[in-house]
Amino acid sequence: MTTTYLVAIDGSEGSLRAANFATERAKASSAKLVLAYVIEWSPYSFNTPEENAERHQRREEEIERAQTTVLDPVSQTFRDKGVGVATEVRHGHAAETLVDLAKEHGAAQIFIGRKGESRMKTLLFGSVAGTLVQMSPIPVTVVP
Amino acid sequence: MKRILLAALMLSLMSASAHAAGFDETINTMTAPIAEWFGKVVFFKIPIGDAALPLVVLWLVVGAIFFTVYMGFINIRGFKHAIELVRGDYANPKDAGEVSHFQALATAVSGTVGIGNIGGVAVAVTVGGPGATFWLIMAGFLGMSTKFVECTLGVKYRNENPDGSVSGGPMYYLRKGFSERGMEGFGKFVGAFYAIGICLGALGIGNMFQSNQAFVQFVNVTGGTQESWFADKGWLFGIVMALVVASVIIGGIKSIARVTEKIVPFMAIFYCVFALIVIFMNYDAIPQAIANIFTGAMTGEGVVGGALGALIIGFQRAVFSNEAGIGSASIAHSAVRTNEPVTEGVVSLLEPFIDTIVICTITALVIGTAAVAEPGFALVGQQGIAMTSAAFAREISWFPIPLAFAAMMFAFSTMISWSYYGLKGWTYLFGESQTMDRIYKAIFCFFVALGCMVQLGPILDISDAFVFLICVPNILGLYFLAPIVKRETESYFARIKSGEIKKYKHT
Repeated sequence: MTTTYLVAIDGSEGSLRAANFATERAKASSAKLVLAYVIEWSPYSFNTPEENAERHQRREEEIERAQTTVLDPVSQTFRDKGVGVATEVRHGHAAETLVDLAKEHGAAQIFIGRKGESRMKTLLFGSVAGTLVQMSPIPVTVVP
Repeated sequence: MKRILLAALMLSLMSASAHAAGFDETINTMTAPIAEWFGKVVFFKIPIGDAALPLVVLWLVVGAIFFTVYMGFINIRGFKHAIELVRGDYANPKDAGEVSHFQALATAVSGTVGIGNIGGVAVAVTVGGPGATFWLIMAGFLGMSTKFVECTLGVKYRNENPDGSVSGGPMYYLRKGFSERGMEGFGKFVGAFYAIGICLGALGIGNMFQSNQAFVQFVNVTGGTQESWFADKGWLFGIVMALVVASVIIGGIKSIARVTEKIVPFMAIFYCVFALIVIFMNYDAIPQAIANIFTGAMTGEGVVGGALGALIIGFQRAVFSNEAGIGSASIAHSAVRTNEPVTEGVVSLLEPFIDTIVICTITALVIGTAAVAEPGFALVGQQGIAMTSAAFAREISWFPIPLAFAAMMFAFSTMISWSYYGLKGWTYLFGESQTMDRIYKAIFCFFVALGCMVQLGPILDISDAFVFLICVPNILGLYFLAPIVKRETESYFARIKSGEIKKYKHT
């Protein structure tokens, strides 16, 4: 059975560094990659009726955008390097959804970049990598 | 285009207000007779003893009882499942990003939790005595079943537009449901009738009544009808309110709507918490207040028409507040993409519960305990929201101010929701086009302003009449389509039981 690595990706530089780092590891151990793009979304927000009616369209657009602008180009460059790559786009709480996806794909490890925010900012807005480290049942590699 | 419409709206209002002094009064004398006549037609009454039972109220009560029994007390047996659905236990993570059950519920609730919960209850208690509260709760309980049926149908028969958005609601299930049963012509007729009704009704219950009561409370906290500089400036308050509403629904300034939608749930909680505090500050009046509710319900002491009079008032105000039987929530719930229409019906059960059984009852107790502790407090000519405000002020003197703010927020969010309901009726009739959209929205804003210029009595008559008028075709359709809902419901719950429909979380 091939090993699977899950890579959290959002198009930022940090996430690309994480993806590159994961690719090196995957090549070395002939593992395959799952690139996961999580769109921050909560089922408990409050919407106007008009927003609800248009929600399905918006969702399709969001997924489409993540797929074509981030996942497709990135996964292509890794495929060219000879690594097996699958992609996932999902809505939800970033860290929670990454853990769910890792479980679904039976991933052995999660790779994630970090933004390197100041302590104040992290205190205010939290950090996906930090939360993920606390929640994940499998090893997490945080790539600076 | 937007600007032109906005400008036109402003101009017409400005020129009207230019006649200045006594303008509010002129509007009043103009509208009062129309309202009175319209109310008489819709509320055709059958005299029973001293009481007069409006046919339409009977129609709603019989419907609610029928659906409760026919659906096997779905309002009780579906309750736990409703909470599980809202909590997201059955939500497939692959569908994350679509409208969740919670969101559909929250949207529908912010449409129903409005001034009716604060001011409408006071009206019920003034006219129907404390006993009206009992019937209000009863109506809420039975209304849960009606809501279940209409919201299930709304999802089942909605239209999916080519662009991926959805339109649903009674006009769609009436048309499609009847034509499925071979009554195409009749289906088209009632569908259109409903659409017209919701267009007009939206201008009353979801609009003028809201802006009027928000204004009343505003005047109240700025010094009362005698002192406040705003007392005879209904047109000014109305124009401001209309402009804010216009900026959201016509101008597309989503941020205002978003802020409101976020504030309203907290306002509702804030309101309930303070109401409970006020009730408990009068703790020695609580047993008597509760006893009054029960004895009032049975004897109807001091109420025109006795117990029956109290019942009629209670039911009337309950429907006005939770909208069960009107079909409006069904429009909001149709936006949820689900393979199981029944799930939306089950979730919608919670709306009359939250709206009527929880919030209205709390308001009734605030007034009830105050009335026990100080019998004459409300006899100073206070009506509607002013009475509720007075009951709060007895214990917490500064509360009318946050109450005014809450009232404005409630009014505003209800108006936003109803502008959508009305618009859906309008587009059903005239097709989905931007120009048509804008025309309706402009009319809607005009009525927001108008609502602040007329007195409560005629407003209640008009809005009640419009709203109750559309209950007639809606409930008629529900009777016809109830067997379909029943079949779907049984199949759905059987699959839950057999484990075919599984929970994703909390297992």
